[in-house]
Amino acid sequence: MSGSRRLLIIGGIALAVWGMSYGLWYAVFAEHQALDNIGGSLAGSFAAAADRNPGLMESSLQQYREAKYVYDRQVDVHGHWIGLAMLLIVLGVGFDRVGFSERFKTLLALGLLVGAVVFPLGVLLQTISHGPLPRAIAIAGSGFVIAGLLGCAVGVVARRSSGASTA
Amino acid sequence: MSRSQTFIDDSFAQEGELAGLWAMGARRLLLLGGIGLILTGMFFGDIFAVYTLHQNAARVGAHLEAAANAALSGSRAVALANFKDVGSFLENRGTKVDTHVHMIDFGYLALLLAILQPWVGLAESSKRKIAWTFLVGAWLLPVGVYLIHYVGLARSPLKAIGWASIAADFGGLLVLLATLVYLIGLAMHSRGGGASRSDELLGDRSLEGRMLFAGGLALILLGFSHGSYYAAADLYRHEAQDYTLLAQMSAGAAAGARVVVNDALAGYGQLQGAKAVNIAAHAHSIEFGLLAIMMAFFQPYVSLRAAWKRGWAAVLLIGSLMLPVCVLLEMKFGLVAGGLADFGGLLVIFALLAMWIGILRYTGDLDAAVGMRSALGVRQ
Repeated sequence: MSGSRRLLIIGGIALAVWGMSYGLWYAVFAEHQALDNIGGSLAGSFAAAADRNPGLMESSLQQYREAKYVYDRQVDVHGHWIGLAMLLIVLGVGFDRVGFSERFKTLLALGLLVGAVVFPLGVLLQTISHGPLPRAIAIAGSGFVIAGLLGCAVGVVARRSSGASTA
Repeated sequence: MSRSQTFIDDSFAQEGELAGLWAMGARRLLLLGGIGLILTGMFFGDIFAVYTLHQNAARVGAHLEAAANAALSGSRAVALANFKDVGSFLENRGTKVDTHVHMIDFGYLALLLAILQPWVGLAESSKRKIAWTFLVGAWLLPVGVYLIHYVGLARSPLKAIGWASIAADFGGLLVLLATLVYLIGLAMHSRGGGASRSDELLGDRSLEGRMLFAGGLALILLGFSHGSYYAAADLYRHEAQDYTLLAQMSAGAAAGARVVVNDALAGYGQLQGAKAVNIAAHAHSIEFGLLAIMMAFFQPYVSLRAAWKRGWAAVLLIGSLMLPVCVLLEMKFGLVAGGLADFGGLLVIFALLAMWIGILRYTGDLDAAVGMRSALGVRQ
């Protein structure tokens, strides 16, 4: 197995295991509480509206907003880590179809792996900080993944056309 | 039987052994079990979309409206009762979506692990046991998640988690452990400088294989581009709108302004629809792309005529493109686009079913050849 392939396949399975562990931890220790918080705060805001209590209504809605923001991102992180892990494994298996030098393929594989780890990490960091840094990390991560995918697509086409011209 | 026929069967059986597809072998278990999981998950998703999803969304909307109206008329108890119902409908919807997603994703993972079997440095009997563990977990989790809504907290030893959740989490743990052991096996093979194995799956360059590989890559790129565009252009705007509309709804109710409440309710329904179609289009495009690439690798095992194999590959790709595109158009064209999206999903299911039958035919021929070989061996 070539180095680039090994990087994608072993990195991909490690990321899948990590994503599943995160999902399992989240389902057991955090998800039910988060859902209760979201439902309770939203119901609380409407009950406060019925009581004509604008202060409590506002604070309940703020609580709902924050809880929903965090929940959406935590579920996204779980899904994206595992989804990207599967993509890495699939690309690793078919990496011999990419017609570049092994050195460039290793760079491509490294970029894909870094992007697959960093993009969901940036999303997860948004639950801690609402500042621009986590967003920048997520955007950079997704940029790595898209650039890596484009590189693979170009590599597949390049190999095919060079194969065709040789023939 | 002629001597030449016996020779063909013999070499066919040996070829199957080389490919790791012997009866109840790890690769065969993961391959057939994985496609079975994907097919069941897709059937479930289509049935859920047609018979439950829209009706459930309408019920959620109706109860949210009733809660807002109760707040408008100052009835706290009615508002809370309606929210309890909304919570129950959302839980019902959420567990059905999770069942669909996990079943399909575990199917994908099973196919990936099937491809990687030659590189896992463990004994075949161990690999087979791990494959069974994986498949048991992969079925247990979605079935457990599906039952959460119906079992609830009945006789549960825990305060917040019911037996169905416990079963689902245990299933997840089994899948996790099985994947971890395969990862260790891969590392062992890699560290031990494992002999490079030729695998016909990876060497195949048939037209249908290339169609699926290139089409799959294009679908993944399309899905990623759409997801990035959605995250950059709409995600934060949608999140802000979600809060603003709910604030309008409750403030309007507190002020007794029915028109404001009704406007906010209508806007909230539209917003939920817009979010759902964008996320579904993004996720389905990437997942179908992954499926197409994985099925590209398995084409040598699909025992159908070349023309049929190409035809089913084309059907899979057409359905894979049609579903996300039509889902996106649902906001503009309503049920017509929704129906076409469901049809696209059915095309994918039929194509996958056809490939699965082709693989079953291949393994059936393999078993027959092995049986013939051992029978001849006994006679000699």
